Amino acid sequence: MVDTVVNSAVPLSVENPVIRSKADVKSLNFFYGNFQGLKNINLTIPDKQVTAMIGPSGCGKSTLLRCFNRMHDLYPGNRYEGEIILHPDNVNILARDVDAIEVRMRISMVFQKPNPFPKSIYENVAYGLRVRGVGRRAVLDEKVEEALRDAALWNEVKDRQHELAFNLSGGQQQRLCIARALASDPELLLFDEPTSALDPIATASIEELIADLKSKVTILIVTHNMQQAARVSDYTAYMYLGEIIEFGITDELFIKPKNRHTEDYITGRFG
Amino acid sequence: MADQVQDIRKLIRQHKLRDHAFALLGLVCMMVAVLILLGLFINLAIDGASRLTPDFFTSFPSRHAERAGILSAWVGTTLVMLVTLIAAVPVGISAAIYLEEYARKNWITDLIEVNVTNLAGVPSIVYGLLALGLFVYQFGFGQSILSAGLTLALLVLPVIIVATREALRAVPRNIREAAYALGATRWQMIQDHLLPYSFGGIMTGVIIGMARAIGETAPLITIGALSYIAFLPPSPVTETAPYVNFEWLTSAFTVLPIQMFNWVSRPEAAFLKNAAATGAVIIVMTLLMNGTAIYLRYQIRKKIKW
Amino acid sequence: MTSLEITQKAVILDQGLKLRSIRKRSRRVKESAIEIFLFASALSAVAITFAIVYVLVAESFGFFEHVPIFDFLTDTQWTPLFSDAHYGILPLVAGTFVTTIVALLVAVPLGTIIALYLSEFAPSRVRETVKPFLELLAAVPTVVFGYFALLVVTPLLQHTIMPGLPGFNMLGPGIVIGIMIIPYISSVSEDAMRAVPMHMREGSYAMGATRFQTARLVVTPAALSGIVAAYILGISRALGETMVVAIAAGQQPTLTLNPMEPAATITAYIVQVSLGDLPHGGIGYQSIFAAGLVLVLITLGFNILGHVLRKRFREIY
Repeated sequence: MVDTVVNSAVPLSVENPVIRSKADVKSLNFFYGNFQGLKNINLTIPDKQVTAMIGPSGCGKSTLLRCFNRMHDLYPGNRYEGEIILHPDNVNILARDVDAIEVRMRISMVFQKPNPFPKSIYENVAYGLRVRGVGRRAVLDEKVEEALRDAALWNEVKDRQHELAFNLSGGQQQRLCIARALASDPELLLFDEPTSALDPIATASIEELIADLKSKVTILIVTHNMQQAARVSDYTAYMYLGEIIEFGITDELFIKPKNRHTEDYITGRFG
Repeated sequence: MADQVQDIRKLIRQHKLRDHAFALLGLVCMMVAVLILLGLFINLAIDGASRLTPDFFTSFPSRHAERAGILSAWVGTTLVMLVTLIAAVPVGISAAIYLEEYARKNWITDLIEVNVTNLAGVPSIVYGLLALGLFVYQFGFGQSILSAGLTLALLVLPVIIVATREALRAVPRNIREAAYALGATRWQMIQDHLLPYSFGGIMTGVIIGMARAIGETAPLITIGALSYIAFLPPSPVTETAPYVNFEWLTSAFTVLPIQMFNWVSRPEAAFLKNAAATGAVIIVMTLLMNGTAIYLRYQIRKKIKW
Repeated sequence: MTSLEITQKAVILDQGLKLRSIRKRSRRVKESAIEIFLFASALSAVAITFAIVYVLVAESFGFFEHVPIFDFLTDTQWTPLFSDAHYGILPLVAGTFVTTIVALLVAVPLGTIIALYLSEFAPSRVRETVKPFLELLAAVPTVVFGYFALLVVTPLLQHTIMPGLPGFNMLGPGIVIGIMIIPYISSVSEDAMRAVPMHMREGSYAMGATRFQTARLVVTPAALSGIVAAYILGISRALGETMVVAIAAGQQPTLTLNPMEPAATITAYIVQVSLGDLPHGGIGYQSIFAAGLVLVLITLGFNILGHVLRKRFREIY
């Protein structure tokens, strides 16, 4: 079997000695019915950094990501065990008495396929605010513009904010979804293979955007593309069969993996 | 910060309340619809219970409510359905096979497609008018079982076409390709693979179509079905050679829903009982047929995993 | 191998080829015969449409030789069977629209709510149990619903909120038609809602939206084209519904928009005339075809409207 190296503390890099933790995953198990999708996950998500999760398909990386905003609650038969502690208020977001909706309001998500709503560009971005009961035009206008600027989409769409979002190209739609996620000032931003449906040029622009965003928000990204993880992330977790095999600073993990299994994967010997 | 969290929590509580309220509303609306169905049936059963005796099925209609029965009506319904089945099923299935398996993308196909869709939306009484002008007078079939059966055949044709197409479409492409790869012609492929595999689905469509035809009233009134028939059509089977007889096709007739309509229109309460009893018989028949179809479809869905 | 043997073999081979080509030809003939038969069957759908148009127009033609179209469209009385005959279609059209509107007031809210509930809220077990029952509701013959309207709903209304309601009226049948078309509206709308891809819903839930918000703000607009189709189907059914109104609305053509009054619809008139013994080819006989033509045109109009609306709200996921 695979021997596991779990490192639950934030591995500190030399140039960046003081990094706080944004979230701690503690002994997390996850079950789809009788199938255990995640096995004893321990992981620390560093604040204002990009953390990537890689691994072969079916390794549980998306499952883990979707625990962070309780997307699993939408389907019957799913069960969590363990904790995800969100800082600074040290709340366990998996606790039964914590409302999934409240969690989702604090932690946004960008999906694999761009999934804009059948609404205008403006209304797409404003959606999270509307859900929160924000109705004042001035507030909405300002927030929408800010989010679109942050998502590097403002210049392209500022004159056509009231057009249907489906008229945008695939890459623009994905940036719109990022703007939508940003508009409600999330504490943590989850990306689930955000470029798997995009062409290389659109992919590059999304990666650039992720790098720019980390000064504002902590980012967690799942990708099946190792080069992408190497390019955009500061920390990387390698997962296999529902377990975290290795977690560390991206550069170290890619150059000098401690675990032979990780090495096999990143050198392309399997997976 | 804490205030903000409190605000958000309050908001979420409000939203969730609305969520639950709507879920409750949905449940209530749904129960209303389902309970109405149930209430309707119980109401008919209670109103008609006293008339649901064996005599009711073996007596002709009569001026005396308590002696009247539905013999001629159910015999008429059976014979009309026989004509409908024979006329609609082959044509409907053939049309569906053509549209699914043969049709090239051209204007004729488009025209056929548009027509099939639109025919399903034509009010049933319009089929009655068509039949009145065409079958009864133009073709000279008269106000007969043949005219009635053909009328209902027109009505259920779109139902059968649509259901058959769905059933055919559910057979995956690779099965067709496997048959072609072994050198089968198109018709061999259809005969040996497509039709057997989609048989259940096609039957479902046929049953639903026939159930609809059994309850149809308006088009048959339009072609002039009589509501008072105190005789049976000549028997389709005879004792001497050639053992079959087609005279029944040209016979005048009545059917169950028309018999019911006739009794509903009478002011005397005794006849209303007869109407309720007839209604119960019709409902049982259609529900049994539809129930069979739903069960069949459920079985197909459970069994077949392509 | 001698030359003779070679010749023999060649002959056998040749025969084999010929045989095969004959078989091939007969197979081809059979295949195309089958195709022609199937094509003819498919063409029957077009033939039926043409036959409907032909019969309605041809018989109406005779009608309009006696009745000026202007009178037909503007006269406020419809009394073709009286000695003082008037041929104004308006009372019948009014009756048709009033019952249809009452029906829609019942069916559109109920049907839409049920569809949203089944698609977005109900656990799958509830959905799978309830849907067959709704289908059965759609399968109940209309003549039974007529009985229901006349002998249950109208008396119920008289005994509760409307003591002055006449025994024949448009309200009772309208409500019953509404109940009748709920399954059409709910099942077609629900199909459209369920066709909205899950990733779009997830996008909404991930923003912290509740089920109801997702249903209202994302699913409904995304499924709008299908919902419109469902409403149009419901309208078509209500417009063409015959037996319920023939039994419970009173069959008197009066020009009124008050659902509490008795009236006749286009369909009810056709039934009324058909029940009598009208001579073939007379004006009374022709009048039912003219009425039928109007019904078809109204239905067609709504279907075209639906087509236009559907195109405007087409789903683009």
